[in-house]
Amino acid sequence: MTDSIRKAAHLCIRRGASGEAVRYDRFEVPYEEGMSVLDALRWIRAHVDSTLAIRYSCINANACKTCMALVNGSVEYTCTAKLTPEEITVEPLPKRPLIRDLITDVLADEEKL
Amino acid sequence: MPQLSTDVLIVGAGGAGMYAAIAAAERGASVLLVDKGQVGRGGATIMAQMTVAAALGEQEPDSPALHLEDTLKAGRGLCNEELAWLVCRDGPQRIAEMEQWGTRWARESGRIKQEMAPGHSVKRCCYVDFLNTGPAVAATLRRKVGETANIRRISNVAVLEILVHGGHAVGAVALDLADGNWLTIQARAVILAAGGLTKLYARNSASANMGGEAYALALSAGAELVDMEFVQFFPIGHLAPRLVGMDPILWDPFRYKLGGKLLNGCFEEFIDRYGSTDFGSYNATRDVAAYAILKEVEAERGSPHGGAYLDFRHIPETQLRAAFGPVIDRLVANGIDLTQRAVEVGPMAHYHMGGIRVDTDMQTRIPGLYAAGEAVGGSNGANRLSGNAITEAFVFGARAGTAAAEKTRQAAQDWGDRTAREWVERLEKFRQSDHRGGIAPIALQAELQELMWEKAGAFRTGEKLVAALARIEEIKERELLHLCLSGEQRFNLDVQDAFELRAMLMAAEAVVRSALERVESRGAHQREDFPLADARLMKNQTVEIKDDALSLRWSAPVRLDRSRITDD
Repeated sequence: MTDSIRKAAHLCIRRGASGEAVRYDRFEVPYEEGMSVLDALRWIRAHVDSTLAIRYSCINANACKTCMALVNGSVEYTCTAKLTPEEITVEPLPKRPLIRDLITDVLADEEKL
Repeated sequence: MPQLSTDVLIVGAGGAGMYAAIAAAERGASVLLVDKGQVGRGGATIMAQMTVAAALGEQEPDSPALHLEDTLKAGRGLCNEELAWLVCRDGPQRIAEMEQWGTRWARESGRIKQEMAPGHSVKRCCYVDFLNTGPAVAATLRRKVGETANIRRISNVAVLEILVHGGHAVGAVALDLADGNWLTIQARAVILAAGGLTKLYARNSASANMGGEAYALALSAGAELVDMEFVQFFPIGHLAPRLVGMDPILWDPFRYKLGGKLLNGCFEEFIDRYGSTDFGSYNATRDVAAYAILKEVEAERGSPHGGAYLDFRHIPETQLRAAFGPVIDRLVANGIDLTQRAVEVGPMAHYHMGGIRVDTDMQTRIPGLYAAGEAVGGSNGANRLSGNAITEAFVFGARAGTAAAEKTRQAAQDWGDRTAREWVERLEKFRQSDHRGGIAPIALQAELQELMWEKAGAFRTGEKLVAALARIEEIKERELLHLCLSGEQRFNLDVQDAFELRAMLMAAEAVVRSALERVESRGAHQREDFPLADARLMKNQTVEIKDDALSLRWSAPVRLDRSRITDD
């Protein structure tokens, strides 16, 4: 990567599938100006723990609207929520049934099998 | 027996897939619209903040014939002219239909606004303000799909093989990502609308689902691909500072409306060193701009993120705001004040001209198997005219849906229960492959993306392509068979990544083999070892699977009988 990556950011992520015990995992990721929480989640999947379950489609554009989660206690699109040098807590949406990690059941019934 | 049954199965629910679903259902067919992500939320259309080209003639006189002329010129002699003509002929109808369904095209004094864009001879490109075209048309199609009877939508289902029985497409085997179970689907017709392959490249403007899956499905089913060497690289994609909430190719309209200086890492103008002129207005053609930027980077005169600076600091804020209103605020929210700092830009994979070979009904050589949208190859030849991508999503979607619905009136083909069972067993075996000591598929995807970027990117050589091919073959034979996959059932992204990787490798191999054979430079395919176009190669390459390996051959471009232009 480039020289501009010098700092680190820290995330605390709620893990586990429905019916399993809840745990929080901590991750350190390289930080660059302007990075989103989704950038950090994707970095974790690619470099540390590919089993982290997250949902996104458009990555950048805030067009697909599928990457919502609870960031420091408030509902946000993880693609537009900015990473900060302070530790950020990321949890699944509280009002939706949990599937696994940050993925909750957000589909209308007619879009499921 | 299959678990689900439908008249028309549509794989991929972006712009083309949704349009096809509506067209098929309106003609009486039952439709199953599946997407590996969420229906109506993925693909390329929703990402596109730019323009749609159609000969509406709202701003100045225009005609489908003139639109065709511009399209063929951009395609450098390789367009399938029959397909290109359909895009130009039916485009205006589709734009009008979308407006009826609720898309609010930008208007001025009652007329649809149409802008000039590179390669067009008249003002032809309509849009939804501000930079909202893709999300707006995706919303229209989602609503229309929801209102149309006979369309069943299923999200989070990845189609992994098309079932062919007795020479006909009869359905598919899919993985239900939500619960990890296999799913067999019987269909009288199948439409592949799962987009292109720009995700193969480390730098791309794609969404997460453009890994070439439509191509792999088509090849595996026995269909042909065409023009796979032609990947379009957008020269000034956004690199830095990190910008979210925007399409990475957003700088194009800024360029048309305002100009902007392209500067190297030393803040010097450099385009004129590469045989073009810029004069501070940024009017160099796309290919020259891409080449010049990459060469400056190679000479270690790039910007910090490996591109060039695009500088608007000489343009007054009032002028910026007049042109782009709320977009300027969204940029400021990202820490980008254009009056204070230059941004970094560089080439990135943006679109794929090649794709599945179809006839004018959008049918492949496998009866019952159709394609729509970017998945289709041929209509753009060696280079796509800006604005034609969403037009083709609409036009090809409508045609594929209509033709597939017609097909379902014919007698049903037998369902191949044994074929389906065998595929499920093979796919399950792949999923259960030896996990220990292997590599996570997402890490291999990243390696493949770097490999394609370095060795099969915007500027290619025989040597680099040979190296790319060698590594692709090695991954297929070694790492792919020993992937490290976790054992979760529900939303196992490792498994999803693994099947994506399998498709990405097949698509990448098709690109690299085709690029190796084309020993010339034409349109988006640039060979540094063969810098000129060769008139003898004004023909297309097709790719198919023969004896378990990719096989290439040359074919003459499909020409249009011009008398048909006046008939329509």
